[in-house]
Amino acid sequence: MSLVGDGVLEHLRGTAGLPDLAGTRYELRGTLGRGGMGTVYAVLDRQLEREVAMKVLDCEPSDDRLVEEARVVARLEHPGIVPVHDVGRLSDGRLFCTMKLVRGERLDRWAAGRGGLPERLAVIQRLCETVAFAHAHGVIHRDLKPANVMVGPFGEVQVMDWGVAWRRDAPGETGLVAGTAGFMAPEQAAGGAAEPDERWDVYALGAILRHLLAAGARPPRALLAIVVRACAEAPAERYAGPLELAADLGRFLAGERVSAASESPLDRVRRLALKYRAALLLLLAYVAVRVLLLVVGGT
Amino acid sequence: MNKPILGVLVGALLGLIDGASAWFYGPEIQAQIVGIVIGSTFKGLITGMLAGMLARKVQSLPIGIAFGLLVGLALSWAVASMGDESGKHYYWEIMLPGSLLGAIVGFATQRYGRAPEVQEAPR
Repeated sequence: MSLVGDGVLEHLRGTAGLPDLAGTRYELRGTLGRGGMGTVYAVLDRQLEREVAMKVLDCEPSDDRLVEEARVVARLEHPGIVPVHDVGRLSDGRLFCTMKLVRGERLDRWAAGRGGLPERLAVIQRLCETVAFAHAHGVIHRDLKPANVMVGPFGEVQVMDWGVAWRRDAPGETGLVAGTAGFMAPEQAAGGAAEPDERWDVYALGAILRHLLAAGARPPRALLAIVVRACAEAPAERYAGPLELAADLGRFLAGERVSAASESPLDRVRRLALKYRAALLLLLAYVAVRVLLLVVGGT
Repeated sequence: MNKPILGVLVGALLGLIDGASAWFYGPEIQAQIVGIVIGSTFKGLITGMLAGMLARKVQSLPIGIAFGLLVGLALSWAVASMGDESGKHYYWEIMLPGSLLGAIVGFATQRYGRAPEVQEAPR
């Protein structure tokens, strides 16, 4: 005979897993999501009277990965990187960090619902700029994927989850295989002692671009060439960094020749016709009207 | 080159070509070709200047094209309504190409030419 129902047991299990915020300035508001290492909650910062996101580790209290992540993010002050506000330890011994509560949608969900090709490419460009900023500060993300990117209501992009990021000034775990299948560069997935490289993130950015393009109609050849170059098997064949990838996307958007693809004379004519289609249509309309008037006037 | 000057140059050039193309309409028109070319050039010049001034304020290709088309149409109507020496009017022959040239000038001023620099607010 069961004294409590399944629903009650489920509720008790859920409640037991909630963080104990007693003695902190935070008040639990809800659960935002769960990952492999921890859970992210929405909490109210009573002192500053604002909602923030709180990431709580599920693993051993001694695990200082969260603190390391907070340190990485703290040094990266950029509009595309979610700022960390606080790190600490809860009364149940678990580590936590609080950060800005990001409003928006995960990139994979955003891409499933809306966004034409120019909007999607603009998102990738902003993502490239953010990642390039991190690279300039000696940080390689190593786990870029659509689930780790948030898109705001105005198309603003924020890169999340720097938990496995690698710092050039603290190169500890070079052999660690960290990342997500499908978005990891081959040399990254293979592990080994190779030092992480900016091109690992370039590969992931190319894979994200491929993911975004897969949702729509067949993309133009030049765009596919950009994906192929960003996701090249050999690191040396990829773009040297995210800004080079962003620049090629910019050239594509401006109707210019991209560096990733060779161009036949026919391709060039087609590209220029597309770029200047409004002017061409107007000129053709003018010539057609002139010819028509001459023919009609001559009869 | 700023947008109004670009508009004046493009408008005047296209107006000149448009006016000169009237030569193909036959001897009756050829006799008046000088007046037609001067009028058409002046019409293009005015359209280009107005389209260029709009392009300084509004950055929108569709609005620029529509504005050029309407200005071209209005000026062409004004010219066409005057008629020739015999009192004959050439509404279609003047208004159709005139409005399309206005649209081309509107396109050119939106797409090309130097936009005014944004002034920083005084601190």
